[in-house]
Amino acid sequence: MSEIQYNAPDYYLMDDLLSEEHKLIRESVRAWVDRRVKPDIEEYFEKSKFPSHLIKEMGENGMFGPFIPVEYGGAGLDYIAYGIIMQELERGDSGIRSMASVQTSLVMYPIYAFGSEEQKKKYLPKLATGELIGCFGLTEPNHGSDPGGMITNVKDKGDHYILNGAKMWITNSTVADVAVVWAKDEEGIVRGMLVEKGTKGFTAPETHGKLSLRASVTGELVFDDVIVPKENVFPNVKGLKGPMSCLNSARYGIAWGVIGAAMDCYDAAVRYALERKQFGKPIAGFQLQQKKFAEALTEITKAQLLVLRLGQLRNEGKSTPGQISMAKRNNVAMALNIAREMRQVFGAMGITNDFPIMRHSMNLESVITYEGTHDVHLLITGLDITGIPAFK
Amino acid sequence: MKILVCISNVPDTTTKIKFLNNNTTFDSAGVQWIINPWDELALTRAIELKEAHAGAIENITVVNIGPPTTEPTIRKALAIGADNAIRINLDPKDAYSVALQLSEIIKKDSFDIILCGIESSDYNGTSVGGMLSELLDYPSVSAVSFIDIDGDQLKLKREIDGGQEIIGISTPFIGIVQKGIAKDARIPNMRGIMMAKTKPLQVVEPVSTDLYTDFVSFDYPKAKAACKKVDPENVKELVNLLHNEAKVI
Ligand SMILES: Cc1cc2nc3c(=O)[nH]c(=O)nc-3n(C[C@H](O)[C@H](O)[C@H](O)COP(=O)(O)OP(=O)(O)OC[C@H]3O[C@@H](n4cnc5c(N)ncnc54)[C@H](O)[C@@H]3O)c2cc1C
Repeated sequence: MSEIQYNAPDYYLMDDLLSEEHKLIRESVRAWVDRRVKPDIEEYFEKSKFPSHLIKEMGENGMFGPFIPVEYGGAGLDYIAYGIIMQELERGDSGIRSMASVQTSLVMYPIYAFGSEEQKKKYLPKLATGELIGCFGLTEPNHGSDPGGMITNVKDKGDHYILNGAKMWITNSTVADVAVVWAKDEEGIVRGMLVEKGTKGFTAPETHGKLSLRASVTGELVFDDVIVPKENVFPNVKGLKGPMSCLNSARYGIAWGVIGAAMDCYDAAVRYALERKQFGKPIAGFQLQQKKFAEALTEITKAQLLVLRLGQLRNEGKSTPGQISMAKRNNVAMALNIAREMRQVFGAMGITNDFPIMRHSMNLESVITYEGTHDVHLLITGLDITGIPAFK
Repeated sequence: MKILVCISNVPDTTTKIKFLNNNTTFDSAGVQWIINPWDELALTRAIELKEAHAGAIENITVVNIGPPTTEPTIRKALAIGADNAIRINLDPKDAYSVALQLSEIIKKDSFDIILCGIESSDYNGTSVGGMLSELLDYPSVSAVSFIDIDGDQLKLKREIDGGQEIIGISTPFIGIVQKGIAKDARIPNMRGIMMAKTKPLQVVEPVSTDLYTDFVSFDYPKAKAACKKVDPENVKELVNLLHNEAKVI
């Protein structure tokens, strides 16, 4: 019964491949987004403010860690359900989806996959309800696409480590209660650890001036001789595969998420074009506009098929990092192109915040860069094909 | 206390309505089905009562009369928070057949509070609640916009011309609710959706009903006339159109 008009395109009747449960999840998150995100997201975006009042609600609704087992506070859902939640959140705003991606895939997932039983019990239920917010520190000022070059490091002091270094471009940094931090030990091996807000020597300044993901907080994590108790280090992972497997989970969610943004732009533009008249007829009647819509719907449909199959593979434990890279790269570029094309359909109206298009378009500029840039994902596919890494 | 919420399965309110067979049957192809909005609010309020008065409300049951295809709608009600569900296996034809089937269920199992929407957004019959009360010989209150537990009674409010009527009532009774009974319909959360899978959904065969009505045919409302725009300066033209064309002044 929402008053917001929206018809999600489903040209290939993908709904027939979803369970009733998946459809109910989608309907529920969509209704929540219509009620709680859509009405004032433009304002938060404009003021570059994080809508922190939504966090607890997202937690209560089970939008954090949906695939984490119920015993740790998750909902025990499958990966397709996770994807659907990301898709619907991103239809609202990529910043809201980013918050949920980080909490789920970059914070809850590593604690669940690599953490000790104590770490799981201590953090997961509270992260699931949104009582705690998490962030993920991998990128550094001088190491973005090449995280293996990181200089943030820990020194073993017997019963604890001393952490030094700095992370940059960290989503949720200033609002996070706990940070998952990746740092090299004295042997140069990447280790993951949990650093709590308020720990002496740990600060998290905000990064200002972003023209993208303005409703999401981004900042630094600075560690100056921070004491990290040994029980805060993940016991069950060593090396870059730790952060990389988190990124896999997040990238998978992003591949779904951006379809939400693309569908929102497409739907709004078709609706507008059918109503807006120029030269005596609706602009939807002109071939050049129809070309935009036909191409957009084709690309959305392909993207939908890609993620659904990827979701099935992930449910079966068969999805590879290469497959996830392909979907993340393809779908983000698809969404960004559609946002740009659909914006033009609106003419001058398209640059205002009366419509969500420009905001989606600006947001997607971050999404095409974070979690592996558009270029780097191509190199991952290239490596998969040839076996030869072309990164360096 | 036990609450029964009667839910009907209706087309989403944005559905484009079409008919088949010479406009005698509703075409359900491609229709999205939802819980009747009034019923969904009634269910939301029932859950709020259960949460606010721990112990006082033991159980919330939802009942729907419909073929197997209505089960996703019933599962949604379970996901929102009903404890169990009953589906009476019948494609109901009119308000009387609905009320009769419901009365049979209520006679079998004692419910203290029976809630139903004042109308359903498909046929807008506004008759089931009243008929049900008659069939069961239970008191009913119509157009209820507030309900709460007040000692061993229930306190209800209903909107009346220029004010509100406040009513105390003992169980069992039928509350025929209108919008306002809950602020917003509750959205199912992920855990609720997971749990709904394992909540009991009992299928009951209908009792035979005489049909007293028959759909002769449906008519579409007149298509809306095109919108006419009048220059804000041109008040004369506006008055002329309102007077001579629309004939409203
Ligand atoms: C809004 C936002 C939120 C973010 N949130 C987080 C977070 O929560 N946690 C976190 O750890 N990080 C986060 N990031 C960081 C993000 O993951 C990095 O920005 C990204 O990995 C790219 O790194 P970089 O910005 O240093 O770019 P660079 O690595 O410097 O890349 C610059 C350009 O060079 C290209 N390039 C680099 N290497 C190669 C190569 N080998 N071959 C060809 N081209 C190459 C890239 O494709 C890119 O076009 C976030 C970023 C943004 C914008």
